[in-house]
Amino acid sequence: MASTLAELEEMQREAAKGASRASGGMREVTYRDALREAITEEMDKNPNVLLLGEDIGAYGGSYVVTRGFQEKYGRKRVIDTPIAELGIVGVAVGAAMAGLKPIVELMTINFSLLAIDQIVNHAAKIHYMFGGQFTAPLVIRTASGWGQLGATHSQTFEGWYAHVPGLRVVMPSTPRDAKGFLKAAVQGNDPVMFIEHSLIYRNRGLIPDGEYILPLEGAEVRKEGSDVTIVSWSRGAILAMGAADELEREGISSEVIDMRVLRPLDIDTVAKSVAKTNRLVIVEESWRTMGLGAEIAAAVQEVAFDDLDAPIGRVGSIEVPMPYARNLERIIIPGKDEVIQAVKATL
Amino acid sequence: MSRAKATTTNGAAANGASRRRGRSASKTDNGPGVDALHALEKSELLSLYRQMYLIRRFEERSAEQYAYGKIGGFLHLYIGEEAVAVGAIKALSPADHLVTHYRDHGYALAIGADPGPVMAELFGKETGTTKGRGGSMHLTHVERHFWGGYAIVAGHLPIATGIGLALQYQEQDAVCMCIFGDGATNAGAFHEALNMAAIWKLPVIFLCENNLYAMGTAHQYISAVPSMATKALAYDMKAETVDGQDVLAMYEAARRAVEWCKAGNGPYFLEAMTYRFRGHSMADPETYRDKDEVEQYRSRDPITAYQEQLIEAGVADKAVFEQIDREVEEQLEAAIFFADASPFPDPSTIYDYVYAEPIWETIARNGASEDSEGPRG
Ligand SMILES: Cc1ncc(C[n+]2csc(CCOP(=O)(O)OP(=O)(O)O)c2C)c(N)n1
Ligand SMILES: [Mg+2]
Repeated sequence: MASTLAELEEMQREAAKGASRASGGMREVTYRDALREAITEEMDKNPNVLLLGEDIGAYGGSYVVTRGFQEKYGRKRVIDTPIAELGIVGVAVGAAMAGLKPIVELMTINFSLLAIDQIVNHAAKIHYMFGGQFTAPLVIRTASGWGQLGATHSQTFEGWYAHVPGLRVVMPSTPRDAKGFLKAAVQGNDPVMFIEHSLIYRNRGLIPDGEYILPLEGAEVRKEGSDVTIVSWSRGAILAMGAADELEREGISSEVIDMRVLRPLDIDTVAKSVAKTNRLVIVEESWRTMGLGAEIAAAVQEVAFDDLDAPIGRVGSIEVPMPYARNLERIIIPGKDEVIQAVKATL
Repeated sequence: MSRAKATTTNGAAANGASRRRGRSASKTDNGPGVDALHALEKSELLSLYRQMYLIRRFEERSAEQYAYGKIGGFLHLYIGEEAVAVGAIKALSPADHLVTHYRDHGYALAIGADPGPVMAELFGKETGTTKGRGGSMHLTHVERHFWGGYAIVAGHLPIATGIGLALQYQEQDAVCMCIFGDGATNAGAFHEALNMAAIWKLPVIFLCENNLYAMGTAHQYISAVPSMATKALAYDMKAETVDGQDVLAMYEAARRAVEWCKAGNGPYFLEAMTYRFRGHSMADPETYRDKDEVEQYRSRDPITAYQEQLIEAGVADKAVFEQIDREVEEQLEAAIFFADASPFPDPSTIYDYVYAEPIWETIARNGASEDSEGPRG
């Protein structure tokens, strides 16, 4: 098991070599299947990896990620838990301290709020508080998203967790990142918030044929461009790609950066891009106030103030609790048009 | 200190399948529900039937509207559990209070919300019970102190305890009834709420609908005990298990609970044994329970059983029920028409209700000021 980033990178290089030796190929899978592969590979390899969560057994998980796993691995390793998020995460913290590798599924990020004490006051603190002598390396998988689910079931809280030292927070947008990050999270020694998105489970993408892991660091340039940099993550990055395509047709060249990892934040990659484009738009699905976009904007201007030719644009959701009515929901969540508008405002 | 003892007033739904018919056949039987059968007026008895049938058909029509795409998001149907809400709400007076979980259509209708605004809420319309803001999981009926359905499992239990605190504090002759599922009894908030209600002797009825499943997980995998009522005993709380498929037994038990609370004895725990005939929500693949089990429970339908009971007791004949059924169908037809014809909320109202007090526009619109974006239409 890798314990440092360097080791992870080494493993990744080895794995990549292995993969290319094996077939050199890539294949197309869904985001959901990428997650399923990561989980089964890690469970097959390490008997200490176990799954805990509500309705992950017979029901197959609320987003069907764990379907069939209980039949395959048994109730010992795929545990249907009571509806008790605080307890589930706490149990996983303890089990992780004592040598297991729990992957917890919290149905949605909304319910992670019930577990926030265990995540923030316990999981994130244990390695530091005890002078680095032991760890609590659990992985919490959870999902963001919406779809007429109302005020308490449509929220986006990755920024809350990215605020906390001691946690690693990832929010992958592609099947390739989803699989590689999840495997790295399971193999690593830190608590990881692994945030999925309910609206992208069926998205397809290429992943390497063989086994591979991706270290939990670094943004990625998804599309190169010269006029403006658009930064986002998770479903927002997909939205940004769509907007960039449309802008391209109007003769505006955008560089799209997928942050992928939200703690630690890779500001370098953004700053490098801004040095080229001189313009930045940040797209997030959350409320903008006190959000990740605000942090990225502040961090970028610290290192790239002279490169900026326009105020940094920000796109976020309208700051109200999510109403059920579909016409209002559509207005509240940012779409491609808002991204295009924000880009044009910087030009 | 062993006042608390969970009593079982009727066979659990699981083993009581043949019980009701035996009792109905014999008028001398003095099992649960029979007192009510004699004590209630004919109009009241028929009204209980009407409410159950209204809920059943409302849910069936909702499922149909969901299939047409008129309703979105989650839709948690109450089909099979109607007797619980109807029997329990019958025991409440207009001064009493109610909070429920998200499976709340039956409660809204039983406590008197007009099916029109309830259906309009499911459609997300401005004329809905929360003006299209809350949706199916957050119905409300303010006139009857129905403080709404709540969608975070067990989140509303401490709130019910708090309403109980206010009622006791203001020396009101009223109770707060709190509805939740068996799954909620495993959450920390459940235990915190029960403990506080017990130490302060608050007038709160904790009514657990034990339908044997929390979403797709059977209770034996997630609850240390099969009887949810025994959990109340840890807090020295009066507790009772009742057949939730028998509307009159349900009513009698709820009445006992209301009387107990109003006499100042503190909280009361009711466990209603019931079963949902449909999936957890419309998205449920129902891979976790077999069809035979569902069929077995369906064969003891709380509505047809009650109808048979009333016919056997000579309260009404088939023609009376057919008339009621026709009226309900018309009422629902009108409700759907009303929902369909109603407008969606006006986008210009998007910032309404975020705060109770008006605040400065610039602060309210933080993140979407007029010159940058404004509401997106
Ligand atoms: C804190 C929290 N965790 C998970 C969920 C998702 N969820 C919604 S309903 C439900 C099952 C609840 O079962 P139960 O309490 O028995 O009520 P029932 O639906 O059977 O009436 C779950 C897990 C939630 N809404 N809130
Ligand atoms: Mg249940």
